[in-house]
Amino acid sequence: MRLNVTVNGEPKQADDVWEGESLLYVLRERLGLPGSKNACEQGECGSCTVYLDGVPVCSCLVAAGQAEGHDVRTVEGLADGDTLDPVQQSFVDAGAVQCGFCTPGLVVAAHDLLHRVPDPSDEEIREALAGNLCRCTGYEKILDAVRNAAATS
Amino acid sequence: MTSATSPTSTTPVTTPARTSEEAAGGIGSSPVRPDGTTKVRGEFAYSSDLWHEDMLWGATLRSPHPSARITGLDIAGALAVPGVYAVLTHADVPGVNRYGLEQPDQPVLAEDVVRYQGEPVALVAADHPETARRAMERIRVDYEELEPVTDAQAAAEGKGPAVHPGGNVVRHVPIRRGDPRATADVVVTGTYEVGMQDQAFLGPESGLAVPAEDGGIDLYVATQWLHVDQQQIVAALGLPPEKVRLTLGGVGGAFGGREDLSIQVHACLLALHTGKPVKMVYNREESFYGHVHRHPAVLHYEHGADRDGRLVYVRARIVLDGGAYASTTGAVAGNAATLGVGPYDVPNVSVDCWGVYTNNPPCGAMRGFGAVQAAFAYESQMDKLAQACGLDPVEVRTRNAMSEGTVMPTGQVVDSAAPVAELLRRVRDMPLPAGPSGEPDLRRLPGGVSNTTHGEGVVRGVGYAVGIKNICFSEGFDDYSTARVRLQAVGGEPAATVQTAACEVGQGLVTVLQQIVRTELGVEQVTVEPMDTSIGSAGSSSASRQTYVTGGAVRAAALAVRKGLLGRVGHVPGELSVSGGKVVSTRDGVLADIVDVLGDDVLEETVEWRHRPTESLDPETGQGTAHVQYAFAAHRAVVDVDTELGLVKVVALDCAQDVGKALNPQAVLGQIQGGSAQGLGLAVMEEIQTDGGLIRNPSFTDYLIPTVLDMPPMNIDVLELADPHAPYGVRGVGEPPTISSTPAIVAAIRAATGKPLTRVPVRPEHII
Ligand code: FES
Ligand code: FES
Repeated sequence: MRLNVTVNGEPKQADDVWEGESLLYVLRERLGLPGSKNACEQGECGSCTVYLDGVPVCSCLVAAGQAEGHDVRTVEGLADGDTLDPVQQSFVDAGAVQCGFCTPGLVVAAHDLLHRVPDPSDEEIREALAGNLCRCTGYEKILDAVRNAAATS
Repeated sequence: MTSATSPTSTTPVTTPARTSEEAAGGIGSSPVRPDGTTKVRGEFAYSSDLWHEDMLWGATLRSPHPSARITGLDIAGALAVPGVYAVLTHADVPGVNRYGLEQPDQPVLAEDVVRYQGEPVALVAADHPETARRAMERIRVDYEELEPVTDAQAAAEGKGPAVHPGGNVVRHVPIRRGDPRATADVVVTGTYEVGMQDQAFLGPESGLAVPAEDGGIDLYVATQWLHVDQQQIVAALGLPPEKVRLTLGGVGGAFGGREDLSIQVHACLLALHTGKPVKMVYNREESFYGHVHRHPAVLHYEHGADRDGRLVYVRARIVLDGGAYASTTGAVAGNAATLGVGPYDVPNVSVDCWGVYTNNPPCGAMRGFGAVQAAFAYESQMDKLAQACGLDPVEVRTRNAMSEGTVMPTGQVVDSAAPVAELLRRVRDMPLPAGPSGEPDLRRLPGGVSNTTHGEGVVRGVGYAVGIKNICFSEGFDDYSTARVRLQAVGGEPAATVQTAACEVGQGLVTVLQQIVRTELGVEQVTVEPMDTSIGSAGSSSASRQTYVTGGAVRAAALAVRKGLLGRVGHVPGELSVSGGKVVSTRDGVLADIVDVLGDDVLEETVEWRHRPTESLDPETGQGTAHVQYAFAAHRAVVDVDTELGLVKVVALDCAQDVGKALNPQAVLGQIQGGSAQGLGLAVMEEIQTDGGLIRNPSFTDYLIPTVLDMPPMNIDVLELADPHAPYGVRGVGEPPTISSTPAIVAAIRAATGKPLTRVPVRPEHII
């Protein structure tokens, strides 16, 4: 099938999409946007988190067809040109990035949290990020990054 | 709640580090990592992100049985699927169909038998992953199922059928010191079990193999050691080394799970066979079958002490289940044995450790590598001993704590700092978290927002543990790294590049190498080149060794470049150094800009650097100076346990660790936090459950790793007691925090519940 989606503000088209393909697969393998990650493809790790019509979803659980005509924003669409989004910048500065495989998903999840709750408590941050696994950092510096981003934005 | 304190050292550094010429972003500071920006933008190219015009997708057909004979194999149906370019079996392996890190005992593709569930049997290359999957369904394999060997204890005793021709004992390591028949007034015994833990790195096994015009292959892959991969691929493909070129793809974590081959030979075979680039990516389920795990262990211990709790002897028998292939089982057994009594001074020791073959999933390297299993047992024993002697758990440990000068059970004399007692005192003296007060916040209770308790039945407990780990490769291994450093003027500024084959797996090695060059050459602009096999080996990104060994090599290469640079200045009074892009003399201050000294020339040096040699262990007595360096961490855990439901909430996990010298304090904290979290996982949730050799939970739905809700805030105290034998005094950082966090948490649960808890992970049914 042919798929039409708006990705990071630009209309995109993918051809020959198989019915079983996920939005994650289409983004990564057909639209040249491998920023969203594929750590489980089962909805358990959050590494594939993208905005779908402004709501964060696990793109591995969204069938490509479900995205037809909708608006997708990925980690590649957060920065303003060379200027990182404050959440991205604070992840870099706080040391919240080690291998970084969890990072795209966490950055999108944290970005969403700070838009909903500009000054979250630690409990609110933990709850918001509970669906995103990180194996490297023990989460402490990720919490620092979100706290710092909240304080500076 | 408190959060991580910045690293501090209240004890003076014992060797003088170079401090006078601080370059911005040099050692001791925490500059941002060079790959940080691309990673947060989603632009960093992981091995699973690689793409090539015209590429095919590779897939692996695996055995569904833990033990079986293959009586028939028919690939015709798969070859007939449109879009399929190749279907390969063992008959298509041009070189030697065997590989392995310690011994080549593992087929690239199974021949007449399979020895574990998930063993690769055939490969497919197709135009789409789904085509490949459908083609695999059409490969017919006839199996004659055999009774799997699953009892590691029996395997160690030589009972049962042999998984491999030479029998089931991969290695037996005895350690004998002092009087084997020593007796003591207080004796405590116990049998402990450690479940099979998975590295669970988030980036799946993946890579891209591109056939080259010269008949060779270029492989882009996520791994921990490019050159040891290359050696094994070369043997399997029957190609000369110069035709098998590896480049590190972006690595999404490793923790030991990428030491063994996964897609490497398979992708190369498919690419050479089809003449097209081939990409392979495991999904999460396949990843559970596609890499080795932490050895499950059964450990029998007997500790004898005087009435004051001073150890007289330790006797232990440890069995490690290596599963179907050897991988690094021999070295893991060596660690479990030599570190088997823990960081304590024990006059009489008798330890026997066996690593064995079974038809369980293959086990090998995981962070902590044999030291983790032993630590759960010996620390559980120390708590038992404390109780038997009426001592506080910190007191019994500090009374027996080893220190610099201690003679290890192997006879090795510890010749640098071993601040075991100090680390314990430091975690003991950290502030304790406040107890529950007022209306309890559900999110801070065991069970969390599942709303399983409002505080009734919840009991708090505190536990301690300390652990020991060897750093770098041991037992006589020729452990070295190769580094090339280049200095030249670029656009009127001095600029350096550093090249190694050392794998950045997330730990931040790229930053540390930049920092070292900045410090030694006094230039700010340092570029780390891509890691590949065009330069000599750097050794493995494991055993907490890269900062030590590749850091040592880069430092040596940078010093050689500096010597060349200063030589060009000629003889001038005073001592020369470099700083802030200038050549400086102790007498006359700034003499020249580095760019002017260089002119149009490029200074380049390549150095192969090794740490001091180690010895093998005597096969009868286990005596020998087998380790390069020892490292230590201590934890204090505080838990709340819902004693009615058996749910555990770790409310604090504090750590003190000696790192010799914190080259990058922020990265050191990151290692301690991440390592402690993996230890927490082993303590209360992580286990690959097997039944008759079959994995029952190969997914993140059923194999749980800690989330942000499971990890408590940590107080961290970093000591910097320099090791005079190591570059800058560094002591390996990555593994020690994984070792002591597990037993500290279990000790805390015991303190809360009074239950014996002899197995990790602790499950609710062990508590209620
Ligand atoms: S890849 Fe989508 S949740 Fe893990
Ligand atoms: S940084 Fe590696 S998984 Fe989070």
